[in-house]
Amino acid sequence: MSAKVDIQFRLNGVDRRVEVPPTMSALTMLRDVLDLTGTKYGCGEGECGACTIRVDGVTLNSCLMFAVDCDGREVVTIEGLVADPAGERLQQKFVEYGAVQCGFCTPGLVVQAHHVLESHPHPGRAEIQRGIEGNLCRCTGYKKIVEAIEDAGKMGSDPKLGGARP
Amino acid sequence: MTASAKEKLGSDPNTSLIGKRIPKMDAPEKAGGRTRYIHDINVPGQLYAKILRSTQVHAKILAIDTSAAKALPGVHAVITAADVPWQRPIGVAKDHLPLKADRVRSPRDEIAAVAADSPEIAEAALKLIRVDYEPLPVLTDAIEALKPGAPLIHPEPPAAPGGPALKPGAPVAFTGKKDNVAMTFEYAQGDVAKGEAESDVVVEDVFKLHYVTHCCMGVSGVIAEFDATGNLLLYSNTQVPFLHKREFAELLDIDPGRIRIIQPPIGGGFGSKLDIYPFEPIVIFLAKITRRPVKLLFTREEEFLASPTRQPVLLKLRSGCTKDGVLTFRHVETLHDNGAYTSWGATTPFVMMQTISSLYRVPHCKYLTRAVYTNNPYAGSFRGYGNLQATFAVEAHMDKLAESLGMDPLDFRLKNAQDPGEVTPQGMHFKTCGFKDCLTTAAARSDYQKKHRDYAARQKDGSPVKRGVGIASMLHVGGGAKIYPSDGCGTILKIDDFAHVTLITGASEIGQGSETVLAQLVCEELGLPLSAVTVVNNDTDITPWDVGVHASRTTFIAGNSAIGAARKAKAKILGAAAAKSGHAEDALDLRAGGVVVKADGKMLFELSRFLRSLHFSDKAELVMTTFYYEPPSKHQDKQFKGDVSAAYAWASQVAEVEVDTLTGIVRLLKITGAHDVGRVINRLGIEGQIEGGVVMGQGYALTENLVVEDGIVRNPNFRDYKLVTAPEIPDMDVSFIETMDGEGPQGAKGVGEAPAICIAAAVGNAIYNATGVRITSLPFTPERVYRALRGQLPPTVWNVPS
Repeated sequence: MSAKVDIQFRLNGVDRRVEVPPTMSALTMLRDVLDLTGTKYGCGEGECGACTIRVDGVTLNSCLMFAVDCDGREVVTIEGLVADPAGERLQQKFVEYGAVQCGFCTPGLVVQAHHVLESHPHPGRAEIQRGIEGNLCRCTGYKKIVEAIEDAGKMGSDPKLGGARP
Repeated sequence: MTASAKEKLGSDPNTSLIGKRIPKMDAPEKAGGRTRYIHDINVPGQLYAKILRSTQVHAKILAIDTSAAKALPGVHAVITAADVPWQRPIGVAKDHLPLKADRVRSPRDEIAAVAADSPEIAEAALKLIRVDYEPLPVLTDAIEALKPGAPLIHPEPPAAPGGPALKPGAPVAFTGKKDNVAMTFEYAQGDVAKGEAESDVVVEDVFKLHYVTHCCMGVSGVIAEFDATGNLLLYSNTQVPFLHKREFAELLDIDPGRIRIIQPPIGGGFGSKLDIYPFEPIVIFLAKITRRPVKLLFTREEEFLASPTRQPVLLKLRSGCTKDGVLTFRHVETLHDNGAYTSWGATTPFVMMQTISSLYRVPHCKYLTRAVYTNNPYAGSFRGYGNLQATFAVEAHMDKLAESLGMDPLDFRLKNAQDPGEVTPQGMHFKTCGFKDCLTTAAARSDYQKKHRDYAARQKDGSPVKRGVGIASMLHVGGGAKIYPSDGCGTILKIDDFAHVTLITGASEIGQGSETVLAQLVCEELGLPLSAVTVVNNDTDITPWDVGVHASRTTFIAGNSAIGAARKAKAKILGAAAAKSGHAEDALDLRAGGVVVKADGKMLFELSRFLRSLHFSDKAELVMTTFYYEPPSKHQDKQFKGDVSAAYAWASQVAEVEVDTLTGIVRLLKITGAHDVGRVINRLGIEGQIEGGVVMGQGYALTENLVVEDGIVRNPNFRDYKLVTAPEIPDMDVSFIETMDGEGPQGAKGVGEAPAICIAAAVGNAIYNATGVRITSLPFTPERVYRALRGQLPPTVWNVPS
């Protein structure tokens, strides 16, 4: 339709170069251009957190970010947390604690929890609840999600258990 | 449950998976973002659809001009009702044309649809479609709908120009309505006048329940594709694939056998996918016309505007009891705003009347519901299915009657609660009933009685922040529901040479965990670990028939069906093992992946090795098929008397709240629940179901409110429609009452809907306990509570024409 912009960024540890329309969201780029469908569209308005990704260490709603703004940055999606020790541990804990039902909000929550544990290595429940308040879940009632993150955080500083980076 | 009761079921406590905390089989894929929902599936050659909806609330369609849209490059088809004269009305009452021909009845109404190379082009094409309307008088008040001279919503049969309204000879014919009454439900037992005459205390209130909507995190979507010979393949989020096959076939006038529905994992259901909605037939039309696969996904805004809601209800309840605290009668009249079309949700009175007549023992009952057409959004089915509304009213009156008598609310409830073995005047037979245990457990664990007295005494102590506790209970179907003439599920079970089991079930997984529970039940019979089972549950060409995921029925019905297949396989294996080993068949068992001697556990054969040997010597033929239909009972008659389920679930929940009287903010501190679930199959799963249901109930009570003004949804987004977020959840204490239902799989009953049902009722009672103010309408948002505490909330009144 319109002219495309050439951007280059690091995605899940790999340098990527793509051409995207200037109006495209980072979410659409990830899902439709780069085929990374773990990041979900839930509302498109930054209200539900299903599309949460990490950009230069912080978490963002990728539906509200332009794809072109990924240029020069380091982007991590749920797919990038598969081989990451803290990400892997979070996924295991989500499974073990029953924090997954329909699972649609889960990738966004795992990414957000990854950020929460990195900024608060041993968070209490209240900290976790605040940390994920931007992520909506309609199935679980959040309790098991909070428990999963809490347990993942208990091992946070033990490098043998794949502790989060300090 | 006693140890001997468990032994009778053949469970080996050392290896049994029943009652354990079993992670869901689909959770690892979901947690890693690898699960492919419908949003993640694209079919080669696929086009993208968008739907043009009405800008008017109620209007005649005078003309539609699609020429500019058709001329847009990348557009493959633009269709209106005129392009599909063969379309037929959908829905329970067959009152709903997918593409509206003559008039629109709500702002969600579908007028035209586009299939294009991209969603962006489809969206641009929509903007080029011109529709000329002639506005009609708008009807958005359910009470007005009953008055003489009210605008009629369906004065004529729904018909496309030149097309047949209905398939000739179709069983349900909708021929237009001379009034706005969509459905009426009447029920009576005993004589309410006599009951009232015998009463020492009579109370009456009018309750008003608001609009809420499902808010599934995954928006609605569908992909339709025809093959070269006209067979239809549908990727659909439906909860009832087999019934929808039939409905789509009727719509297209083709053999249902030519329709295949594949259900990708679903981003939330909660009852919202019980009906078919116009977008599904419309995408099928586009696929048929373009001869290409066509995909449609809603936006979140569309999801809010064009998805169903829970029934908004106005309910007048009159109840009485004797001075000894024995209930005498209940007289109920309700008015449901059906919206412009009739969905399955219109049949919720079927559930509501059960709570009215049979949650507690009431000798005399009278119940009347009218569901009326308006130009409001049409209401659908939603977890709990009318029971949240009925329970809200009934449990408010239980408190009110107890207070009038000076009785403790728990004692009053215990005095009137059902016991096991009871057959209610409506005809429901409670073969197992843990209701009294639920009441006493929830009350004891929350210290309900003491807190209730203490908090009531503090109502006038001058402090601005009050605390309160409230109790409420529920009765819901827990052993299937005979909404349709039958309630069955089929299973095919095959065991391969490596002792790997494939369980092919009609029951759909919608996130609730049925896949894992069914696998557990099979493992229990066959003595295998969970890793030995694969569940196939998402393709109508493969899976046997099932009536659908609804009515908390899957564990019970599909579970019994799966057990039946596993037992057949077990009998066959043990028969062969007996012949080979010389042991009597009933002296053998399947445990720990092998055939063992029951008495001492001695392993005779390792199962996979034994099955391979069978394969080469005898005929293994380890493909088993079974169906389970719930056991025969007295089906409800036209007066709604009879049994509706093979088992009933019970629960009591105590809510503790803090009310800030200066701001009207109500904080839900704790929910203490006790649930008669028959037996816990997957402890992790059932806890998750209950916690999720509690928080959904919390949203219904405190935060969620779909604002509909003059027929228009004013808050179609998560900023203004408030779902509960993680910091707001209460402490949750859940107890399970295991009544070991004789018909339930391993003793279990259904629980899916139960936890959401009592919360609003319990919170309402807790607010009263904290403040002495009874609020008879929902939601308990700060502004409404603030006003209620100052006597400024408009009273709920019943001025409904009879």
